Amino acid sequence: MPRSALLTQAARPLYWLMLAAAVWILLRGHNAPGGGFIGGLVAVAGSSLLAITLGPAVARRLQPLAPLPLAMSGVGLALLAGLAGVATGMPFLTHVWTDMGLSTVMLFDVGVFLAVWGALTGYVFALLDNGRQTP
Amino acid sequence: MLVLSPLLVPLITALLTALLARHAAMQTRVSVLGAATQLIFAAMLLIDVLQGGRQSVALGNWPLPYAIEFAADALSAAMVLIAALLGFATVLFGRHWNETGMGMPGLQPLLHGLLAATAAVFLAADLFNLYVWFELMLISVLGLLVLGGKRRHGDAAFKYFAVSMLGTLLMLGAVGMIYGATGHLNFSALRAASIQPGLAGALPAYIGLLLLAVLLKAGAFPLFAWLPASYHTLPAPLLALVGGLLTKVAAYVLLRLLADVFVATPGVLIEALGWLALATMLSGVLGAAYHWDLRRILAFHIVSQIGYLLFGIALATPAGAAGTVFFLLHNILVKAALFLIAGLMWASAGHYDLRRIGGLYLARPLLAVLFLVSAFSLVGVPPTTGFWGKFLLLREAFDQGRYVWGGVALAVGLLTLYSMSKIWVEGFWKPHPMQQPDHGPAQLRPAATALPATAYTAVMLLSLVILIMGIFPDPFIRYVDAATARFWTGALR
Repeated sequence: MPRSALLTQAARPLYWLMLAAAVWILLRGHNAPGGGFIGGLVAVAGSSLLAITLGPAVARRLQPLAPLPLAMSGVGLALLAGLAGVATGMPFLTHVWTDMGLSTVMLFDVGVFLAVWGALTGYVFALLDNGRQTP
Repeated sequence: MLVLSPLLVPLITALLTALLARHAAMQTRVSVLGAATQLIFAAMLLIDVLQGGRQSVALGNWPLPYAIEFAADALSAAMVLIAALLGFATVLFGRHWNETGMGMPGLQPLLHGLLAATAAVFLAADLFNLYVWFELMLISVLGLLVLGGKRRHGDAAFKYFAVSMLGTLLMLGAVGMIYGATGHLNFSALRAASIQPGLAGALPAYIGLLLLAVLLKAGAFPLFAWLPASYHTLPAPLLALVGGLLTKVAAYVLLRLLADVFVATPGVLIEALGWLALATMLSGVLGAAYHWDLRRILAFHIVSQIGYLLFGIALATPAGAAGTVFFLLHNILVKAALFLIAGLMWASAGHYDLRRIGGLYLARPLLAVLFLVSAFSLVGVPPTTGFWGKFLLLREAFDQGRYVWGGVALAVGLLTLYSMSKIWVEGFWKPHPMQQPDHGPAQLRPAATALPATAYTAVMLLSLVILIMGIFPDPFIRYVDAATARFWTGALR
């Protein structure tokens, strides 16, 4: 398959741009439409772009963790955020706020972000690997 | 917090086992420990509910009926406990088990994901939450189905996936329309809203749609073909968990929705459910009579037992609901035990096909005894759990003058006896087909080795509970009577 020089050159900068956009959407979700799930999906789109143009190995290297641990750490963060409320004697997922506006809500959203990013890139990479083994 | 523990513990276990994917020995140890912890918490929850009545938690401390509510009443607590017991037995059984599809790093996380989702379905107190966890349960099973990695696993998973997607779309549509009609998702609020006279209009149609979706997932007639076509590719411990739990969860959902939430459902839907139950019973048991593969025989019996459960729900009285719940508990245990025993038979004699095995009575006498316990229970010989379950259901049916329904249920019991004696005669009684005439009595397949002790322990654990429930049924019957006393009456807890 002919490779587009434009796309291969642009893939890395675009990846970082999309990741920045993803984080922006994640943070924006605090008070406006957005949030961890949608932000995570944008991050998945960025990783998929890299994986399709430059190969899954490159995309894997530019993630902080391998897909499965990434997803699991996300679920773990979300669980922790839920349990923080329990520690203060309230029901599960009751959120704890500090004076500076930081809260366990943010922790939960970051968890969702990582879970979506890890789980879906896991699928994408595996599918691309599969296509390469049996041409 | 205790209410959520049966859901959070397996979720944490899934997390840990996923992180330990590369350390197989450690992973199984954590898995067994996690399953045992869930069992302990489930037992504590049951004791809590027995002492203090219904326990509920509104997530995030939001006001009801808008918060996501999880609640444990006597029915939910019992279901959670039995699912946890089954989960523990399965994990124990699978610890040293070698069969295609076992030993993959993804197995333990998926298994605990399934346990978490199942517990959450039992505890969910609002319709959308119920739907979400039900889907998570089905997705975990889809993962387990493909783990084997062979062509037949893909085939089974595809059939399962196609049917469950159809059910999912129906269910989601129905949940949306019910929300549109009533403005509520919380069970208590829905119960109140559904008996308001102004809403009678289209609500029954939406409830009918919801029933159709749940029936599809329960494997009811005529939509059961996916079940025996997909289950039989799973290795024994997973088959026990999936076959023991999954369709029964759908039956629980049906009971909860009809008897507890939408109590004003028109009688014609209930009547239709009753006749559907008979067709389900018959088609399941007749399908089983035709087959020779142990796993397929037992899978068809799942369908037939679902028929009994639907029949109990269609009786539409507290006594019918009590019988249904007893039968549900009995059936989860017995069905799982039989699948595990089928696994041990496979490991001893070398095949799941009854025509190619035999001689197990002499070679594995303990296994024969364990099989008899579960088989007698499934058939309903007194004094076993199956007998009490069927007795409660049939007594209520005859009290209501439902002679045809009761008669068919009795006849299906006889046909079940036929299937179980087929397994007994072919698998245990006749000599193994590969045995030389002059070669001693107890020769099995050449490579037959000692069976893992953990596997035997798991089956014995289940058999013990089955025996206790059968010989001392009183406290259990009193429990289910109390758990379902307010069902079908529209009374609040």
